[in-house]
Amino acid sequence: MSLDQTAVKRIATLARLKMTPEHITAMQQDLNRILSFIEQLGEVDTSEVEAMVGVELPAMPMREDSVDDGDDVKKILANAPSVASDMFVVPKVVE
Amino acid sequence: MPNKNSLIHLSLAQAREGLDKKDFSALELTEAYLKEMEAQRDLNAYILELPEHALEAARESDKRLAKKEGGLLEGMPLAIKDLFCTEGIQTTSASHILEGFKPPYESTVTQNLKKAGAVFLGKANMDQFAMGSTTTTSYYGNTLNPWQRADGKALTPGGSSGGSSAAVAAGIAIAATGSDTGGSIRQPAAFTGTVGLKPTYGRCSRWGMIAFACSLDQAGPITRNVRDAALMLQVMAGHDPKDSTSSTRELPLFEAALGKGVKGLKVGIPKEYYVDGLDPTITQLWERGAQWLREAGAEIVEINLPHTKYSLPTYYVVAPAEASSTLARYDGVRYGLRVKGDSLDEMYENTRSEGFGAEVQRRILIGTYVLSAGYYDAYYLKAQKVRALIARDFHQAFQKVDVILAPTTPSAAFAIDEKPTDPVVMYLNDALTVPASLAGLPCLSVPAGLSAEGLPLGLQLIGPAFDEEVILRVGQVLEDAAAFKPFLER
Repeated sequence: MSLDQTAVKRIATLARLKMTPEHITAMQQDLNRILSFIEQLGEVDTSEVEAMVGVELPAMPMREDSVDDGDDVKKILANAPSVASDMFVVPKVVE
Repeated sequence: MPNKNSLIHLSLAQAREGLDKKDFSALELTEAYLKEMEAQRDLNAYILELPEHALEAARESDKRLAKKEGGLLEGMPLAIKDLFCTEGIQTTSASHILEGFKPPYESTVTQNLKKAGAVFLGKANMDQFAMGSTTTTSYYGNTLNPWQRADGKALTPGGSSGGSSAAVAAGIAIAATGSDTGGSIRQPAAFTGTVGLKPTYGRCSRWGMIAFACSLDQAGPITRNVRDAALMLQVMAGHDPKDSTSSTRELPLFEAALGKGVKGLKVGIPKEYYVDGLDPTITQLWERGAQWLREAGAEIVEINLPHTKYSLPTYYVVAPAEASSTLARYDGVRYGLRVKGDSLDEMYENTRSEGFGAEVQRRILIGTYVLSAGYYDAYYLKAQKVRALIARDFHQAFQKVDVILAPTTPSAAFAIDEKPTDPVVMYLNDALTVPASLAGLPCLSVPAGLSAEGLPLGLQLIGPAFDEEVILRVGQVLEDAAAFKPFLER
C-alpha cells in the first residue's frame, strides 16, 4: 500500500493540516516509509485474538451524577485567543 | 564541569536526612540548585525557570519543617516535565501551539508532589508532545546531555523526558518527573546515567498530564538512585477519582521492597531482545548484569517473547492513532495559539500547521490515516490484536519468572547531528522499551556501565503488572553491583 500525493492531501485535510506542495512530497516519502514498516503486522495470525483496547482496565468506577465543579467562566476564558461577552469568538460560520 | 557545591551531590534520601538534622535549610538547598541552574543554562534543560516560585516554596517548607510537619518530599527541589499542568504556570508540552498557556488547574501528580512538600524549580524541556527520543523536537530548542564524548560533539540526553534526565544528571534538580509512552523515561535515564522508573499503566493518575497516547502514557520519576525512585513513586502514585483508568489498588510502601536481595528470584532473559544493531558493549553489560544477579542468589532463566519484533510496528499504529485523536483538541478556539483564517476550517488549518512541529504532524497524519474509513480494520484493529499477543507473551513469561532483565537501549547516547533522518531508523531506538509499554508493565532503567566511548548504559528490569516492588528490589542489587559513578561524581 503506497500513498500518492492526492491521498496525502486528503489525509492532511481530514487532520486539518495545511501543507505546501514541498511539504506534501516530503511527508509522502516519510509516510510511505512508515507504512511499509507497519505492513509486517500482516504476517501475524490474529484470527483467534480479541483486540486489546487498553491495559487491564478496571471496571469503570461509578460516582454520583452530580455537578462538583464548574461555573467559572473567567477561569475557562482566561487562555482564549479571542473573547467577547464571556464567549469564545470564532470566524463566522453562518452567513 | 559540575562545581563542588556539596548540597547538589545529595540524593533525595540524603537531603531529607540533612534537613531533619538541620545541617542545612530547605531554602539553602533550593538556592544551591538555583545557582546551579543559572550556571548550566547552556544545557537548556528547562523551558521555564521558576526561581521566585521555588524560593517561596522553600521558605514555606522551612516553616513546616520547624513545626515538624514536613511531608515525604519536604523541601526537595524538582524539575517538572512540561507536560504536567501546573496551575497558573505556563505549560506547553514543548509546543508552539501551547505557548503562553497557563492551566487553570494542577495535574494530580504535581498536586501530590506539592502536598508532600516538593519545591518546583522549573518546567523541564522535552520532545514536543512527548513525541521523540532526542529532545530535539522541542519548539524551545534541544537539550544537551551533560556527558561528553572524546570528539566533543553535542550529545542528546534522550527523550522525550530529556530535560528531566539532563537536569538530574547535571545536578540542576534533585529528582524529576517524566512521562513514558514508549520509553520516554527509561531511554533518557539510560543516556544520562540516571535511574528511570516507568510504573504500571494506571499506577499514577493521568489527570492534568498533556496526553500523547492515552492507553500508553504513564508518569514516573527520574532520579539519582533506586531508593529515590521508590520515594518519588510513593508520592506520585495513587488512585484518582478524576482518572477512571487509575488503579484503586492500595499502594505498597515501595521503599520497604529495597534491601531484600534477590535470593531465590527467577530472572528471565528474553532472547528476542538481542536485536540487530545492539552495541556489543551492551550485550556484554547485559551478560554481566545477569552474572551479578546470579552471584547474588537469583536463578537466570532464558525466556521467549516471540512477538517482540512486532512491537514497534504495533506501537507506530496505536500511538499515532491515539495522538491524532487526542491532538484534535488543539483548534485555536479555547486556548493556545490562533492563526487567523477567512473561514473556521482555514483558521483550524493555519493554527495547527503553524502550531505543531514536523514530527507531531507526521504522527497526526499516520494516525488519521490508520483510523480513516476503509483502513481502520487493516491497521488499527490489526495492531490492537497484535498488541494483545505481545501482552500475552509477557503474561506467559511471568508464569515462569519473577522479573525480566534486558538492556534499556540498543546504543549509548548519540550526537545530535547523528540523529537519523529516516523516521523508521529513529524509531528503532525504542525497540527494547516499547514492548513492555504496550503490555502496560512496570519497568526500571538502572545505570550499569559505560560504552566504549565512556558514555553511560542502562539495564532495564520489567516486572509483572503492579509489581513495582520486584523491579525496585532487583534494581537496587544491580545498582550495588555496578557501583556506577554518576556524572556529578566524575
